[in-house]
Amino acid sequence: MSELTLTVMRLGFLAVLWLFVIVAVQVIRSDLFGTRVTQRGSRRTANDARPPQARQNAAAPPQQRQQPGRQRRGAPTKLVVSEGSLTGTTVALQGQTITLGRAHDSTIVLDDDYASSRHARIYPDRDGQWIVEDLGSTNGTYLDRTRLTTPTPVPLGAPIRIGKTVIELRK
Amino acid sequence: MSVVTNTTTIGAIDAPSRRNTELMMMGFAIAISVFAYANVGLAIDGKLPSGMFGYGAGLILLGGVAHLVVRKFAPYADPLLLPLATLLNGLGLVLIWRLDQSQRLIQRAEYLYGEYSPDAPKQLLYSAIGVAFFVAVLVILKDHRILQRYTYISMAVALVLLILPMFFPAVNGAKIWISLGPFTIQPGEFAKILIAVFFSGYLMVKRDALALASRRFMGMYLPRGRDLGPIITIWALSILILVFETDLGTSLLFFGLFVVMLYVATERTSWIVFGLLMSAVGAVGVASFEPHVQSRVNAWLDPFAKATMEQSDQIAQSLMAFGSGGTLGTGLGQGHSDLIMFAANADFILSTVAEELGLAGMMAILLIYGLIVERGVRTALAARDPFGKLLAIGLSGAFAIQIFVVAGGVMGLIPLSGMTMPFLAYGGSSVLANWALIAILIRISDTARRPAPAPAPSPDAEMTQVVRP
Repeated sequence: MSELTLTVMRLGFLAVLWLFVIVAVQVIRSDLFGTRVTQRGSRRTANDARPPQARQNAAAPPQQRQQPGRQRRGAPTKLVVSEGSLTGTTVALQGQTITLGRAHDSTIVLDDDYASSRHARIYPDRDGQWIVEDLGSTNGTYLDRTRLTTPTPVPLGAPIRIGKTVIELRK
Repeated sequence: MSVVTNTTTIGAIDAPSRRNTELMMMGFAIAISVFAYANVGLAIDGKLPSGMFGYGAGLILLGGVAHLVVRKFAPYADPLLLPLATLLNGLGLVLIWRLDQSQRLIQRAEYLYGEYSPDAPKQLLYSAIGVAFFVAVLVILKDHRILQRYTYISMAVALVLLILPMFFPAVNGAKIWISLGPFTIQPGEFAKILIAVFFSGYLMVKRDALALASRRFMGMYLPRGRDLGPIITIWALSILILVFETDLGTSLLFFGLFVVMLYVATERTSWIVFGLLMSAVGAVGVASFEPHVQSRVNAWLDPFAKATMEQSDQIAQSLMAFGSGGTLGTGLGQGHSDLIMFAANADFILSTVAEELGLAGMMAILLIYGLIVERGVRTALAARDPFGKLLAIGLSGAFAIQIFVVAGGVMGLIPLSGMTMPFLAYGGSSVLANWALIAILIRISDTARRPAPAPAPSPDAEMTQVVRP
């Protein structure tokens, strides 16, 4: 067997061995599944009947983007339950969506016969303004005295009523 | 009105089973092994070895059976564990066969025992039994949590396995073998699995006491005196093993595994500090009076000394093999690692890797071991039950410690001990036990990666009452 063949085989074997290691690492990389994040938009707005394009166009009204940081100054930092069986519960607002309802996977699980499983959610929009949205609940979500029909910005301290529960945003 | 887009849905992807990836990797692993076999044959005899097709067919049969069993009994298991183990086993067979061709080793065997029998066919048989073991564990063990029931039984069996070799004559200075008729068994290999089962069952119950009841002192949590009981017991046992069996490896594996699992279970760094201190004290203490351990330490400190060379030149030869391998190695079949003579294809098989594949090949082999450990740790992270988490960490920890002890001993980093490189080295007990270990890891990862069952109808699904004005 010639010297050249042996050298080629020697280096070739090392290359194949390393190729195996690299392929194995690639398998690990493609194996890093866990959660998939999908853009959902706003499903249950009052204007559900509109075609998706229209909804996407409405998705970011320009006037909301013009003055970022304006609302940051008076931004609420926590959500407080002020009436109902959970009175006194607070949840820190850190930019996450807060879901309310009787379902066990809600952020705040309401023990309230008049609340739906997935009743409402509260989330920040792009400018950090907190929005409350009714998720098609049976008895409705009230901001002050008005029943919500569209996602509505929540002013600081305004009571949000869900069944017998009242929550509000505070600094 | 305002409709907002930065709302997202976070949902789990349907976990793919990835069995086809595993099949592809198995094919790759077997191809590499057959290539290595051809490489050795060409380098030694100048022609393709005659046993190549038999060897390849054997590997394909073993790998295929293992893969099909995983497909049937653990469909969501990790796709890498089996191919990595198969590659190591295949390469081990090639290296053992390569050392069988060595004239030096043949002459030595004929001189010492009057006859010579090649080890590679025996290792192939052991591999077949090992894969049978793997299949049996996967088929019988439907759920790893069953092992939790045998926490204390496995402790008792492990203790018996660790103590038994004391009553058998020492082989080459260390008492780690028991002989049953024609077979000699290294019970420490099996004990490591049982010990991991016991530790995970025990720590799952006791970890709160060990983690929470402690005082803070100088930035460290000091455990209460009575909580030190378990670690002191295990320490004393491992010291006893060191004294009576004069085997550093088993002792280090036993104690190191406990410290690793204690740390993982309690998240307290202080256990690692305690563990390191206690093992240092123990090792130095025993080395000061036990002659066999002393000679191992001397051979480690000064492998080229005259006194060491007269006794055994194994470590010196091994270091020379590492050196002559260089970066890219001499090529398979072209090294002189057979100069190690005794245990060249068992404890010292890494020297052959280092000489014939060089630093590049050595790193690849160590990375493959590292990947097995990584998949084990990943399994532990993904496991949903605390027992499975601890068991996966324990098994991969035992695997990692064993690799460290063997590779460190061969490279002269730590004193040499009588353990073998998993899958690569010649030895029936080692191959059998490690295939069983991989099977348990695959079982845990199958449970961990299986998509969660649909949630039971929740009690809050009842009707919402309607407010009537």
